[in-house]
Amino acid sequence: MSVSSHGRRTAAQIAAGVRAGTLTAKDVVSSALARAVEVDAVDKLNVFLALAGQQATQQAVRVDASDGARGAPLAGVPFAAKDNISVAGLQVTCGSRILEGYVSPYSATVIERLREAGAVLVGKTNLDEFAMGSSTENSAFGPTRNPLSPDLVPGGSSGGSAAAVAAGVVPIALGSETGGSVRQPAAFCGIVGVKPTYGRVSRYGLVAFASSLDQIGVFGACVADASTAFGVIAGRDDRDATTADVAVDDYLATEGSLKGVVIGRPREYFPAELDAGVARHCERALDRLRSLGAEVRDVSLPHTAHAIPVYYIVAPAEASSNLARFDGVRYGLRIEGDGLRGMYEATRSGGFGPEVTRRIMLGTYVLSAGYYDAYYRKAMQVRTLIAGDFRNVFASGVHALFTPTTPTPAFPFGSRSDPYEMYLSDIFTCTANLAGVPALSLPIGRVGKLPVGGQIIAPHFAERRMFQVAGALERALGAEAHR
Amino acid sequence: MTRGPEAALLARYEMVVGLEVHVQLKTATKAFCRCATSFGDAPNSNVCPVCLALPGSLPVLNATAVELAVRAAVALGCTVHGTSVFARKNYFYPDLPKGYQISQFDKPLATGGHVTIARADGSTVNVGVTRLHMEEDAGKSLHDRFHGVTAIDLNRAGIALIEIVSEPDMRSTQEAGAYLRAIKQILQYMDVSDVSMEEGSLRVDANVSARRRGATELGQKTEVKNMNSFTGVENALAVEFARQCAVLDAGGVVEQMTMLWDASAGEVRPARAKEGSHDYRYFPEPDLPPLVLDASWIESVRARLPELPQARRSRFEREYKLVAYDVDVLTASPALADYFEAVARATTDAKAAANWVMGEVLAALKSTGATIGSFAIRPDRLAELLRLVRHGTVSHTAAKQIFSAMVASPEAPDAIASRNGLLQVSDDAALGRWLNEVIAELPKEAERYAGGEKKLQGVLIGAVMKKSKGSADPKRLAQLLAARFGT
Repeated sequence: MSVSSHGRRTAAQIAAGVRAGTLTAKDVVSSALARAVEVDAVDKLNVFLALAGQQATQQAVRVDASDGARGAPLAGVPFAAKDNISVAGLQVTCGSRILEGYVSPYSATVIERLREAGAVLVGKTNLDEFAMGSSTENSAFGPTRNPLSPDLVPGGSSGGSAAAVAAGVVPIALGSETGGSVRQPAAFCGIVGVKPTYGRVSRYGLVAFASSLDQIGVFGACVADASTAFGVIAGRDDRDATTADVAVDDYLATEGSLKGVVIGRPREYFPAELDAGVARHCERALDRLRSLGAEVRDVSLPHTAHAIPVYYIVAPAEASSNLARFDGVRYGLRIEGDGLRGMYEATRSGGFGPEVTRRIMLGTYVLSAGYYDAYYRKAMQVRTLIAGDFRNVFASGVHALFTPTTPTPAFPFGSRSDPYEMYLSDIFTCTANLAGVPALSLPIGRVGKLPVGGQIIAPHFAERRMFQVAGALERALGAEAHR
Repeated sequence: MTRGPEAALLARYEMVVGLEVHVQLKTATKAFCRCATSFGDAPNSNVCPVCLALPGSLPVLNATAVELAVRAAVALGCTVHGTSVFARKNYFYPDLPKGYQISQFDKPLATGGHVTIARADGSTVNVGVTRLHMEEDAGKSLHDRFHGVTAIDLNRAGIALIEIVSEPDMRSTQEAGAYLRAIKQILQYMDVSDVSMEEGSLRVDANVSARRRGATELGQKTEVKNMNSFTGVENALAVEFARQCAVLDAGGVVEQMTMLWDASAGEVRPARAKEGSHDYRYFPEPDLPPLVLDASWIESVRARLPELPQARRSRFEREYKLVAYDVDVLTASPALADYFEAVARATTDAKAAANWVMGEVLAALKSTGATIGSFAIRPDRLAELLRLVRHGTVSHTAAKQIFSAMVASPEAPDAIASRNGLLQVSDDAALGRWLNEVIAELPKEAERYAGGEKKLQGVLIGAVMKKSKGSADPKRLAQLLAARFGT
């Protein structure tokens, strides 16, 4: 696998180079585009569903032409976006056949904000259909391969974006999270992945999967790049009523010491059957945190065991409603059938893949009259208890939690054909979505050549604390993070 | 439609009616996006990613819609809740772009109001308002526009609505009609809606059941839809009630179903079975936070509430000393009441203002098809005309001619009167009478004038002008004076 001349530069380095005039946005973007072609055409990773060559080149030229634009925080930094995020003039497939031919007439708020900060979108990345999956195997356009080990999955559902960063195409990328879809592929691909506090980042333009859980997240090759991109996209948006009007901090934390910081180690996230390599690297990371001055405290989040069942009621319920608009009437695929009902049936059964169909059926069932109280209402009550676990532990003086991101490292294609087994990949991540708290995964070591991710979970809107702990741990681990 | 059969059936069966009224709020933009709400625009011209339900779009609540809904709720005597929750009502239909309607379900905006209506016998009764909630409209399916296909117009999709659900408190078609007219009048007075059934800004679904006199349990109800006028609602209820009574008379059981009113045939027909058996799978709308309203803000809406119809009726009786019938006519709509009140205040003769508004004005509206808001004679002009009558400047008969001319011309009434010779004082006899009186009152001045003192002409004419309150024609007067004394 070859590495292009600009591909491994960090976002900070690219922005500094463009600002100083030692790099041009046009050159950076054209090598990113070349690398994007290479990873799919030569390396067969199947990362991109579309490249935005023309838009990217035009924007890069504009960045180079203006002193103001060259001074922007992400000037000339190429980025990729998961193909469930709308960009005016580009397709949004959501990895599904049902959106065949649909081109968005508008751009998501996060795209506008990154572009205003000088970042240049180079392409749209592969994903599990409608972000439903943990391996990118559910894409209608074929699975993405893990750049570190092409026989293994990159994780999902934002597998394409994770792979784009891991393969050195772009230093930052956008994904989306509903139950771990940024953190889990970040862990599998050995990069940093961030899930914001619910309401921190606008969802306007993100094709909804489960609205009360969805957040757009960022990938970065390092904590600093991820935090810079995160700072750019964070903040209230008048087009998303669920965004919070909470001040956006400077997330580029550089302090080395964690003296006075209390890190919780929730016992439910370290079960006996945890993969031995994952467990070993987590303990090493906890040791590093201690040596940075942090106090590591054993804590409990007692309702953790209910998270997967709750998640697989709430998320499909909302999905069954969110996906109703894909009906063949206004855009995307239409397959004619016998009358209106026949058209609906033909279009939707022809357009949605098996996992999406399974979740729509599950969601429709749990919202049905007579089942609503037993499933959806009950699940929402348990969800409140799960959120309460986090509130309680953070109220007890704990500043952040440290856990493994996933129970195992990346797995081979086809190895988790039982849906429930696949769902368990999200066991340590979906809790943060249910509680709405921010969480981040960063590489903490490797088992063989497979990366292991460590997760840092912080209280609502305390992303600054999360980046502080992550940055300090990243520096303390140094090269160990990739060993 | 005769009411005869209804009266006969009501002797044996009691009719129980509850109504669901959907009202489009008068906002410039839609409930959850900034598209215009104007009626009659080219199909699909007032649309955006949000109301087209493009992937990734999100709703943002229109604050004006909330204010109008709260105003309506307060006017209907409802309790407005500090927290209400939007919910998704899920169903597939081509004119419902998202596949769900944003509505409110178990936590509506307001509950527990009432509307006072008059019964046929003149007594009044309170009809309970169970709830008032906010929701959005669907688009329109046009089945007859293109051959063989259905066209969809989404201009209406997303327009803000309120749904007002009554208790099953009405016992006749007359009461149902009275309730609807009262609701319409209140919403008009609150200026929250155009409340036009023709334009679809007010729509009614009716629930009706029949039970034998003396029974305490409610009978099985059916829902009747597709009425496009209040009279249509009354007729549909009478027909459906008669159908249910016939079923019960035959020893049968009324089945729960939805009936569609066919106005041209005067019949109700069962809708396809599916219509009634939807499972809407309601759940809280995750894209919108709960609607939280400050108690003090709700109170400020209450404080700024426009005058309600009942309050205005009482005030008209008191302030203008009008009889109840006249008050009812004059307060039928807030625009008519405003018009009357402007005329009454400008003339200080409320009785004359009332007679003219109820007589000439309403007749002119009827014959021209104008609304009071667009009527050619504005209140100040009508007041001028009434003043001419009052001052004796024009006769009552002449005033009616002037009024007719004013409907077609923007000219002032006195100009019309003068141009058409309708001023009473252009008449030589009247001028002559005034002249005789002045000569009798001022004999010396008259004598001196006759003797050639021309300058006294001014004194004599001035006295006539004073006597005629300025309405005499001085030029004609001078001629008459000269002729009288041969000067």
